[in-house]
Amino acid sequence: MTEDLEARLRADLDARGDRTDELIRTTATAADHEGLVDVAVAVLDTPVGPVLAATTARGLAMLQYVRDGDVEGPLEELARRVSPRILELPERLSPVEHQLRAYFAGERRTFDLAVDWELVGSGFARRVLQATARIPYGQVRTYTDVAGEAGNPRATRATGNALGANPVPIVVPCHRVVRMGGGLGGYSGGLDVKERLLALEGARMM
Amino acid sequence: MSLPPFQTFLVAHADRIHRLLVAVAGRQEAGDAFQETFLAALRAYPDLPPNTDLGAWIATIAARKGIDVHRRRARHAIPVAEPPERAVEAHEPADAALWEEVRRLPTKQRLAVAGRFGADLSYDHLARVLDCSPAAARRSVHEGLTKLRRRIAVRTEGAR
Repeated sequence: MTEDLEARLRADLDARGDRTDELIRTTATAADHEGLVDVAVAVLDTPVGPVLAATTARGLAMLQYVRDGDVEGPLEELARRVSPRILELPERLSPVEHQLRAYFAGERRTFDLAVDWELVGSGFARRVLQATARIPYGQVRTYTDVAGEAGNPRATRATGNALGANPVPIVVPCHRVVRMGGGLGGYSGGLDVKERLLALEGARMM
Repeated sequence: MSLPPFQTFLVAHADRIHRLLVAVAGRQEAGDAFQETFLAALRAYPDLPPNTDLGAWIATIAARKGIDVHRRRARHAIPVAEPPERAVEAHEPADAALWEEVRRLPTKQRLAVAGRFGADLSYDHLARVLDCSPAAARRSVHEGLTKLRRRIAVRTEGAR
């Protein structure tokens, strides 16, 4: 008799998974309306694979290539370095999604998006990425060029590191920075992706 | 150990908390209570002490919100005559009717049964929600079950 009652109590309470998913979504939207969301995130599909996009009140803070379906890593970095008040809100990322789609369709050459430089830090790394942001569509620069723009033409290794740590690739176009003499260099999203982006833009290698 | 991203925390606890709220406040009110619970949690989230037991914390908020929402509905309920027992099977009450009985238990026993069987709370977590010792939490569950059994027996008697 005891087991009967306890078993019945444990049985499904009509709190089905799909209804819970809907509640999660409506709760996130309500939180956003109350101004409680510091970081809005969404995974966006692109021709170069899924990217985790994160935006704050200041702008796009992250656009990270998702490897092996791991979104927890980037989310934890955001929680640690920006704020733990993170919620999935695709509607907040729709301008980013639209512009990326237009970029990959060859219809857009510059991004009309504010960038949140919080994850970049200050100093040399920020100057590197700001210089990178000025490289026009379809052109390339060398690591030495960018190092010079950032204030220290000999600091090519630090430049490479700053580019490798770029939290907003594609929009801050670190794919346009290549080796003097024609080598591709490096790319956090993989060299195949770097090649693809350069080919899309019709960039000629030096 | 720093706080997990709220999205991760929300997804990890959503099902259990939803079940707890359906148990405490009923299916109709559980949605509102769910939202209130997690918005309250989100407000307090960044200020939580480092080693907070997040599972116990959110269950405590949910229990409180569930009771609040249930009370609000009860205050606004229009009194009607007790509906006939036609819907109840002679020997096997439907689960919805069973949880209705749970919601008629005194608050402490209701939370104990809902927490234990709706949200699978350990007695330690249940103790935090009820603000008592684990032994007292165990007793509340037992008392709640005893009362439930008695009331169900009365209902099935009446239906014969």
